[in-house]
Amino acid sequence: MYSEKVMDHFQNPRNVGEIENASGVGTVGNAKCGDIMRIYLDIDENDIIRDCKFKTFGCGAAVATSSMATELVKGKSIQEALQVTNKAVMEALDGLPPVKVHCSLLAEEAIHAALWDYAEKHGIKIEGLEKPKSDIHEDEEEEEEY
Amino acid sequence: MDRFVYLDNAATTKTSPTVLEAMLPYFSELYGNASSIYSIGVESKEAITQSREMIASTLGAKPEEIYFTAGGTEADNWALKATAEAYGGKGKHIITSKIEHHAILHTCANLEKCGYEVTYIDVDENGVIKLEELKKAIRPDTILISVMFANNEIGTIQPIRAIGELAAQHGILFHTDAVQAYGQLPINVDELHIDMLSSSAHKVNGPKGIGFLYIRKGVKIRSFIHGGAQERKRRAGTENVPAIVGYGQAAKEAFSSMQERTAGERELRDYLIDRMEKEIPFTRLNGDRKNRLPNNANFSFQFIEGESLLIMLDMEGICASSGSACTSGSLDPSHVLLAIGLPHEIAHGSLRLTLGADTTKEDIDYVVEKTKGIVERLRSMSPLYEDFLKKCQKR
Repeated sequence: MYSEKVMDHFQNPRNVGEIENASGVGTVGNAKCGDIMRIYLDIDENDIIRDCKFKTFGCGAAVATSSMATELVKGKSIQEALQVTNKAVMEALDGLPPVKVHCSLLAEEAIHAALWDYAEKHGIKIEGLEKPKSDIHEDEEEEEEY
Repeated sequence: MDRFVYLDNAATTKTSPTVLEAMLPYFSELYGNASSIYSIGVESKEAITQSREMIASTLGAKPEEIYFTAGGTEADNWALKATAEAYGGKGKHIITSKIEHHAILHTCANLEKCGYEVTYIDVDENGVIKLEELKKAIRPDTILISVMFANNEIGTIQPIRAIGELAAQHGILFHTDAVQAYGQLPINVDELHIDMLSSSAHKVNGPKGIGFLYIRKGVKIRSFIHGGAQERKRRAGTENVPAIVGYGQAAKEAFSSMQERTAGERELRDYLIDRMEKEIPFTRLNGDRKNRLPNNANFSFQFIEGESLLIMLDMEGICASSGSACTSGSLDPSHVLLAIGLPHEIAHGSLRLTLGADTTKEDIDYVVEKTKGIVERLRSMSPLYEDFLKKCQKR
């Protein structure tokens, strides 16, 4: 069901944990649907993501996409991190089963939520970043049907 | 992988070697069509008769009341749809429970589209049907009550005798899906007032693709598959002779070993439940502690999700199942766990372990040890557990 890369990131997830006094923290998803992702960012004065950690409650794909998303944004600038879409996360994992696509959306949304938190804490505006929805499942259920 | 432990016997079981042995001649030398008049045809017919008699005897039924089907799902579909058709003139109301298998629930949904009305009775926190609610739901136009003998997920055994008596008093037909209970519990269709009963061979170390519907003599029920004169014209199609022979043998073995086997399973299962509850914090047992199938244990581990748990158990050679949404392909966790009142996040973290005749204490010890480590690991990754710990610290 899962690609080798998904299994690898599920069995050996990268960047699991918390960051004390993180620059930004984002939590998305809900327990009702069975997945919650939380991403911690440590951003330096040059807007570079020095470190990134995650915690996830969810299925194998939820863990793997969180792990991959943290790998993709680590060491990147905020603007570069914004370009990390759910497609990029999926491609980096050699694809996901159709019913698991929402996990990659959740990963993208978690990064955006953490960046939004960072921007709010610092009173800045990040170009191209919109306020993330707290629950991305709301308008996504129809996609599940195919 | 140094160990393989199969604890998903409610999903399916291994075909017993003696069952396989009994079946083999009917693939090779004795391949005759049971409707033919020459000797290998007659031998097939004879083998079907013997199997039917064996199965009938396990239920206290008559051989002519046993109708072979392609499995439990077909038997459920037949019982509901054909009763609705035959008794639709009398009324269009059916009563069932909220925790039935999808073979019943989705068939009911289909009947609702065809103009039938279905009442779904609630269960209590242990998964036992609310009898008072069932009583109140009975109407003059109720034609059928269908309640499963024992639940496939949480193992809860239903008060079948009470439901049967209630149905009989009101002149309503009573069907029970006994797919999980057949071969695990003694069943007598007369004592329990059962009019129809569904069962499936592969749950009792028989082959897949064969089941039966017991239909009490006198119950008007339409043919489900039209064609030849097989199964007293009610279920046409050339008989699956090897599978029918296999089912007869499996039933014989299941019933002759029942007392000893289920006593052993019960003991091991209680040991499993005891260790899990004692050694893994924030664990709950789902289903009724006493009134449950001898081989069923179902747990919820708070703060973690079931699919992750299953994949990690699989990597340790352990086969199990979960009521998590991710294992069903939908966003909602198991309807059974929601019906017993579990919140979504706890329902997502469920684990069902169902023992078999060959499960050993070493298997259970291995599973407990591995589950302990995996639950701990998943909790260390869980934002829900992190929040919970922070909340505890604040207090």
